[in-house]
Amino acid sequence: MHELSIALSIVEGAGEEAARRGGKVSVVHLRLGQLSGVVKDALLFSYDLACEGTLLEGSRLMIEEEPVVVFCPECAAERALASIQSFRCPVCGALTPDVVRGRELELVALELTYEQHAASATPATTD
Amino acid sequence: MNNTPHPPRLPRLIEVRKNVLKRNDLLARKLRDRFRAASVFVASLVSSPGAGKTAFLEKTLTALRAQCRVAALVGDLATDNDAARLARAEVPVRQITTGTVCHLEAEMVERALDGWNLDELDCLFIENVGNLVCPSSYDLGEEMRLVLMSVTEGEDKPLKYPTIFNTADVAIITKIDLAAAVEFDLKSARRNIQSVRPGMRVFELSAKTGEGMDEWLRLLQSRL
Repeated sequence: MHELSIALSIVEGAGEEAARRGGKVSVVHLRLGQLSGVVKDALLFSYDLACEGTLLEGSRLMIEEEPVVVFCPECAAERALASIQSFRCPVCGALTPDVVRGRELELVALELTYEQHAASATPATTD
Repeated sequence: MNNTPHPPRLPRLIEVRKNVLKRNDLLARKLRDRFRAASVFVASLVSSPGAGKTAFLEKTLTALRAQCRVAALVGDLATDNDAARLARAEVPVRQITTGTVCHLEAEMVERALDGWNLDELDCLFIENVGNLVCPSSYDLGEEMRLVLMSVTEGEDKPLKYPTIFNTADVAIITKIDLAAAVEFDLKSARRNIQSVRPGMRVFELSAKTGEGMDEWLRLLQSRL
């Protein structure tokens, strides 16, 4: 299970961004391609562990799963695969190895909150 | 600016767009550049435990060493048994013990290369930890990724682990000498491989009897 090391990388990456911008991370948005090699449930499980004792403790991981999109040479069009067990165009049935999307493992966005009392002291506007 | 108290601030959504494995990917790219600059052909091997990576590699290294300068890095969780076996091929072999980590990462490869002069090599093999899941996410800077499956594992392995098959360049069906004994359906296996990775080259061979090794070695030599 490599999801824990992936989760640690997410926490590290999100922590760096949050430190740069000020504020506390409440939600981490992640895009997960079906061909990323990462299992969603295992990652969610690992995430809380990875957050423990860090600035991200208590934050939530929101995962948006991306289907695999291939380029079909017969249709000359991008097609989403119904299953990653079959790299066939769902329209014409042609086999195609040409993956356009679906390998993503991307930190997309963060939701940052600011404590009321700390707000005036947080130099969120400086860079 | 002014001294009026700030109202409570709403959560702010900020866009990041950062590849989680960026550090590994950058390092892998650096390695690939180094390998190319030194004209070293690098192939990595992935499979489940016991598929026959080490036996296959031992035969490949032995066959190649007369013609070119070849070396291997071997990943394993705890033991150096595989490195000891490969040392019989009388080529430079280094062990990467990953501890509890179930896959190799580019950083481990970089560290293992420390002190090796790449200009003195033509070909390097990297044997990953036996695992068909985790290695798929990590680029190691290799030129060719081989996925091995043995006939004893069943024809449906590609359908069970489509991601690793899809990220590989070549499939090797090993222990072909046992195919009849385990009623391995080669046609179905080939079909399953093509289903998850259309166009992938497939070799069937036995490291033990040598059957099918020549064809694989010819492909390798054409890339060196």
